[in-house]
Amino acid sequence: MKFLQTILHTLNRILIQIRHLLIKCLPPVIAICGFFLLCGIVLILRGQNAFEFYKTIYLSGFSSFDEFGSVLFNATPLIFTGLAVAIGYKAGLFNIGCEGQLFVAAFTAAWVGIYLNLPSILLIPICICAAMVVGAIWGGIPGLLKAKFGAHEVINTIMMNFIALALTNFLVTAVYKEPDQMIPHTSQIHDTAQLPRLSGVIRFLPESNYLNISFLIACVCVVCCYILLKHTRWGYELRLVGNAPDVAEYGGINPRVVTVWVMALSGAIAGLAGVADVMGYRYRFADSFSSGWGFTGIAVALLGRNHPFGVFAAAILFGLLNKVALDIELFMNVPRGLFLIGQGLLIIWVVCQEGISKRINT
Amino acid sequence: MILDLIPSTLRMTTPIGYAVLGGIYSERSGIINLALEGIMLMGAYGYVIGAHASGSAWVGLSVGIGLGVIIALLHAVATITFHAEQIVTGIAINLLALGITEYLIPTTERVAGLPDIGLPFIGSYSMLVLLLPILMVVSHVFIYFTPWGLRLRAAGESTEALKTLSLSRAKWQYVGVILSGIFAGIGGCFLVSDVHYFTKGIIGGRGYVALAAVIFGNWRPLYGVAACLLFGFASSLDLIDLLSIPDQLLRIIPHILTMVVLAGLVGRSRPPAALGKMKS
Repeated sequence: MKFLQTILHTLNRILIQIRHLLIKCLPPVIAICGFFLLCGIVLILRGQNAFEFYKTIYLSGFSSFDEFGSVLFNATPLIFTGLAVAIGYKAGLFNIGCEGQLFVAAFTAAWVGIYLNLPSILLIPICICAAMVVGAIWGGIPGLLKAKFGAHEVINTIMMNFIALALTNFLVTAVYKEPDQMIPHTSQIHDTAQLPRLSGVIRFLPESNYLNISFLIACVCVVCCYILLKHTRWGYELRLVGNAPDVAEYGGINPRVVTVWVMALSGAIAGLAGVADVMGYRYRFADSFSSGWGFTGIAVALLGRNHPFGVFAAAILFGLLNKVALDIELFMNVPRGLFLIGQGLLIIWVVCQEGISKRINT
Repeated sequence: MILDLIPSTLRMTTPIGYAVLGGIYSERSGIINLALEGIMLMGAYGYVIGAHASGSAWVGLSVGIGLGVIIALLHAVATITFHAEQIVTGIAINLLALGITEYLIPTTERVAGLPDIGLPFIGSYSMLVLLLPILMVVSHVFIYFTPWGLRLRAAGESTEALKTLSLSRAKWQYVGVILSGIFAGIGGCFLVSDVHYFTKGIIGGRGYVALAAVIFGNWRPLYGVAACLLFGFASSLDLIDLLSIPDQLLRIIPHILTMVVLAGLVGRSRPPAALGKMKS
């Protein structure tokens, strides 16, 4: 009898957990379904076949390992920027500066990769660490300014974006441009600094697939962030500062210190998005290589509810969207802008949701 | 040589100047407006559609302002009525505006510009350039010397102040955000009217620069527009070869200055007390 009771009790607890999870996941899922439905309706209004649209999504995203590998490849930088924004958000900080952080980090990775000639086992970690340090500095400065002078991190990260873009633009056009080239980019990094592609390890992936080690690094980052947030003292401090700064201070946590290291950590993670591009794809720093990953990261974090696993899922969704957008433009002659509009509305819907349901209930 | 820079400085300053006035109205009412970039883009987009369809720059200006107000209203509904996160909403609106211009690409043909007005001693400038200082003074008077301005500021300073006067805080915040739509919309219109062509990247981050100038100018119209002169001057410097400093590095300077000012190292910046706060 007692045994049965224990089983029932455990079952009940699991059910509650599942219910809790469902309630948490439901709003974003509804939003995403609405998004795809809306796209279909717009296509019908354009006089095109909506069924064809859904088929293209399937074909360009899931029809083969090659396609799905490309989706994951597209998602990789977004996992990093999404995590960076989410970690900041958990501590009540808005890191709008991912774009700038990933630019300076990418340039650092390229610089180290060009000027150091070491075996892979040393060079790859050195490149990554250097890039993360620079990203951390770029994110840490607004953190420090906030902690020390109370300056709002949103404006400072935006300013740091401008500075990063102008600075890397200057470096890549005036100082480190590959000679005899029209396009402003640096020369190629050493072979030993390049992150190997996964096609060598996974049999299903064709040689041409771009998916590389940086995706695995992203996965590790997701798990690390989860552990940091949920199972460490630092994560506890971080969340407490985000939820109740006064309580944190009363409990002996210095919110200023937390602000600085969270922004630095956020910058370092955002920097990895630049690393993924330079060391895993282009093998060089190219001027304005990012297509707004830093800003998409905000959407990713929001849709993933600032939970590392949620961010992972949302990044893959956005990676899919980015890839599908190209194919839809190519095969169905639908401008990419449709998806941008959809993304914008999706974000607005998600942030309004709480307010809307409150209005309806009262 | 420096005198040659005056016309280009004014041209660079004007679009940011309008956006700054818009940003000040919005932020004074307590709503953070990161959507300035998107509003400007919609203003430019509306201008080119209107001017191309009708052939008249005035229709373009009206359509531009109209679209700017519509997109600003979206920000207002989300943030004021539904208490959505203001920073996220602003960025979402920028995405949305970019998407709209990419989805329905407007004409790439040359469109009419607004008329120039020639003045003695100053030279001939677009009417919007000359209108800016007037609107700047009007905004200053409105914000500091009229009862409406007082209410607008009260909305931004406290969540409770207007309630005690049985006035609606939300109403004045709507006024602030709509005004920001009008002004940032005009800023976008000026950009197209000036070069006669629309391109996707025409705003080029000017909305964010305007946000910096709002802070630099301590949320005051006169100082805000003066701050724009600094930004405009910095971005017109690349037209001449000044001491052979690369123009990218020159353009960084105002941004660093903004950070310094924001940190309170030089002067003291004080945002409206209830900026970004929706609940009391």
